[in-house]
Amino acid sequence: MKREQIASIAHLARLSLTPDEIPAYQDSLGRILSFVGELERARTAEVSPMAHPLPGLTQRLRADAVTETDAHELYQGNAPQVEAALYLVPKVIE
Amino acid sequence: MNNETWETVIGLEIHAQLATKSKIFSGSATAYGAPPNAQANLVDLGYPGVLPVLNGAAVSMAVKFGLAIDAGIAPESVFARKNYFYPDLPKGYQISQYELPIVARGHLDIVLEDGSRKRVGITRAHLEEDAGKSLHEGLAGSTGIDLNRAGTPLIEIVSEPDLRSAREAVAYMKKVHTLVRYLSICDGNMQEGSFRCDANVSVRRRGTQKLGTRAEIKNLNSFRFVEKAINYEVQRQIDLLESGGTVQQETRLYDPDRGETRSMRSKEEANDYRYFPDPDLLPVALSREFIEEVRRSLPELPDAKAARFAAQYGLSPYDAGVLTASRELADYYEEAAKHLQEAGRPNPKLAANWVMGELAAAMNAEGIDAASVSSRIPSQQLAVLLLEILDGTISGSIAKEVFQAMWKEGATFNVKDFIEKHGLKQVSDPAELEQHIDAVMARSPAQLADYRAGKDKLFGYFVGQVMKATGGKANPAQLNELLKKKL
Amino acid sequence: MSLHTLSLAELAAGLAARKFSSVELTRALLGRIAASQPQLNALVTVTAESALAEAARADAEIAAGRAGALTGIPLIHKDIFCTRGVLTTCGSRMLSNFVAPYDATVVARLRAAGTVMLGKANMDEFAMGSSNETSFYGPVRNPWNPALVPGGSSGGSAAAVAARLAPIATATDTGGSIRQPAALCGVTGLKPTYGRVSRYGMVAFASSLDQGGMITASAADAAVVLRAIAGFDPRDSTSVEQPVPDYVTELTRPVAGMRIGLLREFFEQGLDPENERRIREALAVFERLGARLIEVSLPSIALSVPAYYVVAPAECSSNLARFDGVRFGHRCAAPRDLMDLYERSRAEGFGAEVKRRIMTGTYVLSAGYYDAYYLKAQQVRRLIANDFERAFGEVDVIMGPTTPTPAFELGSKTSDPITMYLNDIYTIGANLAGLPALSVPCGFVGALPVGLQIIGRHFSESRLLSAAHAYQSATDWHRRLPAAYE
Repeated sequence: MKREQIASIAHLARLSLTPDEIPAYQDSLGRILSFVGELERARTAEVSPMAHPLPGLTQRLRADAVTETDAHELYQGNAPQVEAALYLVPKVIE
Repeated sequence: MNNETWETVIGLEIHAQLATKSKIFSGSATAYGAPPNAQANLVDLGYPGVLPVLNGAAVSMAVKFGLAIDAGIAPESVFARKNYFYPDLPKGYQISQYELPIVARGHLDIVLEDGSRKRVGITRAHLEEDAGKSLHEGLAGSTGIDLNRAGTPLIEIVSEPDLRSAREAVAYMKKVHTLVRYLSICDGNMQEGSFRCDANVSVRRRGTQKLGTRAEIKNLNSFRFVEKAINYEVQRQIDLLESGGTVQQETRLYDPDRGETRSMRSKEEANDYRYFPDPDLLPVALSREFIEEVRRSLPELPDAKAARFAAQYGLSPYDAGVLTASRELADYYEEAAKHLQEAGRPNPKLAANWVMGELAAAMNAEGIDAASVSSRIPSQQLAVLLLEILDGTISGSIAKEVFQAMWKEGATFNVKDFIEKHGLKQVSDPAELEQHIDAVMARSPAQLADYRAGKDKLFGYFVGQVMKATGGKANPAQLNELLKKKL
Repeated sequence: MSLHTLSLAELAAGLAARKFSSVELTRALLGRIAASQPQLNALVTVTAESALAEAARADAEIAAGRAGALTGIPLIHKDIFCTRGVLTTCGSRMLSNFVAPYDATVVARLRAAGTVMLGKANMDEFAMGSSNETSFYGPVRNPWNPALVPGGSSGGSAAAVAARLAPIATATDTGGSIRQPAALCGVTGLKPTYGRVSRYGMVAFASSLDQGGMITASAADAAVVLRAIAGFDPRDSTSVEQPVPDYVTELTRPVAGMRIGLLREFFEQGLDPENERRIREALAVFERLGARLIEVSLPSIALSVPAYYVVAPAECSSNLARFDGVRFGHRCAAPRDLMDLYERSRAEGFGAEVKRRIMTGTYVLSAGYYDAYYLKAQQVRRLIANDFERAFGEVDVIMGPTTPTPAFELGSKTSDPITMYLNDIYTIGANLAGLPALSVPCGFVGALPVGLQIIGRHFSESRLLSAAHAYQSATDWHRRLPAAYE
């Protein structure tokens, strides 16, 4: 795996990497990918992908009813930064 | 925008918030205007360990839309995760639909300015969840995130790139707007963000097949802005290409204060959304019975209603279109027309003129919509006024005065009492009218002579004079007949 | 009285007969926990005060004659289950400050059944690991030999039950994380059918593979717990509406006539020969009980580990995106801008293995690679599921080793991720196919326990538990305790 690939994956995943972490990832990701590369030899021509382990199940529909009440004080107890009930992040310019 | 060299190609992506009581994947309320984060529960906040459960009403509403645009409804559709990071997207992914949307290809017909019809293809429509809101003002270098809106159900409607001008785009957008309100699946409130539009705009040399590079203008929330933004963007792209530049594929925002589109800073790079089927949700299976039940619940759709109005009430296609712009207005009109019919004086054209004329003007002046006008002036009350005209009790112009008074007072207004109290009855007695005519003729010898000499226009002068003398209450038809005889 | 060696049935009887109270029992176990922590490090949080309060309430219920099978019984919850008002860390720095505002369904059901929570079990970070060496709170050690790993990711749960710190520890299994540590620690661990137990409140690692279960000293005890936690939950769309049998009364279902499948492929791979001997001895017990051994083959099973290491990282990369320092969890100090907030909070909050899997998952889902990796893995998944279905046409259960070797030394497999991944070689298939599977102790290699795995058809937990119970009625491996914890 190339340095730029590692850097771009880290960016997509929003993980900051120090310069010396990059070779470690090149190595470990390289190993993992060549390990899973074995999948290539499987014959899957007419096989449909399996997204859910139990076949034939379909999504249950919920009734359209309001079941929640305002609990923002409880939930915001864990928040790193809150003001006027808003979650704060560094200013975003669009 | 008439351009010989360049052809404009537009596709619209419309996001309509579905009018469910609760969110698409949680039981939080969707009502607009709650205090920040009061309607954001653990699921909406993307807390660790929580899971989505699908709101059946959102599914029915999507199916309703699909049936109304003659689209195929997918017997099995799949929710997929669209992965990206943004503070208003709590899970770090949006639950949407990708390869298997619930609504497949359909179409909507629009009427162009020249009266011709155009069929606009709709590629697909799918269900997804809305994101929260970012607030940038008054937070001292921070941005505040309100997740009340996060999880509100949306239907994303994607048109084919069939639109060829800003006007067409607006006509299509208005048609979709009307349709979703007819279906009662969206309140269409653009100020509140219930109905938003992204426009994909590109240009190409007329005669070429290949599509030009397109720019996406995001979050247009008024018909006016859509038109202006597209026109600006088209000109920008033409100018760019004519001066040898290339159009970038990018996302742009419309700035209404400056009347221009500009590139969005935060989305410079093309995002890799890494779509994959959401493992927390199973495929949505819709039986034939389910779909047929939704089909049975469909109301008369705008086009069908307009066609029926034209046929049943003898209206022009244009008038039928105006009256059916909203279901509420159409219902109001029909009730009024029905009252006239039941009173033995059917006159759908009169009812149409009044609804599109005086009533519409009064509604617009005060910003009252068709859903609320019945409580101001019930359709029956308007019909009573129209009956007074049809009975010959008052003239058309007097009726307009009565209407203004009625509009001011509202539902308690009594038409007959008002007419009585203010002595507004038409003067239709020929003897009385003749007296007035004689009086005018006597004091206007010069005009009389000129008229008899051939100045036909002076007929209006005599009409006006008699009208003045009778306080505007002379029966116009009678007056005309008598004047013709006497002059 | 050695309260810590009693089964659930004995504990319930003892409580009912007032031989001891829940408060006494709780105190005794809290004492064992405190004594064990320096060596085992099995718990992240001990909730002594609330446990004693819960025990007192349970004692009142017992006195009033309203006790159920689990009233007053102490347990430990794996720190991946949200517990209201109590720190829930998932073994990660990212959640080291996270007090859950709600109870997971598993927690709520066990609470409603009257259990007493002693604390939260240590685990591999975000359930990613097979040795409990990736926890932010330090590794857990194997009670049989503290130089060795207990297995993972539910290492704390397995070590706790092996050392009899509690009769029950809840756990989760995505690629073997209940069964493998149960095997390495000489205890019984059950991963139910996918959808049998609600995932609501169980912090997600790989959503289509995760399942909540339990680690106990015996199949009989596991049956009591499963009966309490299994069943449909409307808050989990993948939860299945399947009636819950009384696993306890069905324990005595006889084994005679049961067809046991032996996977040719499992006995071919890198299986330690001594391990194999214990397995074969266990199988002989089943034959004596009247079962038949039949060789079966799952031709695609060798691809189960590669398939898993595409699907699981892919799903985890998406599931862990919510940890961004905005609404909860670790936030870096003085973020310069939004990008810095995300990148640094996540780099600081997550450990190396988690980051590796997020990176892998992001890669296999990315444009241009989705078809070759993710799609392909999901196709292979179907091949494996089909193989199992075919096999279950010929046999009732599949038995074999749970792990290729007994417990290994701390630090011995951490240099190459692949070596660690291969620990899951026997367990992963059941997760990919959503099948129920358990591990029971079946002997020792030297001084270290060995586990026998039993895999069944969807929703055949009753069959698995009764088979395990029959085995445990004919043997006593499950009653052995590490010397230090007798």
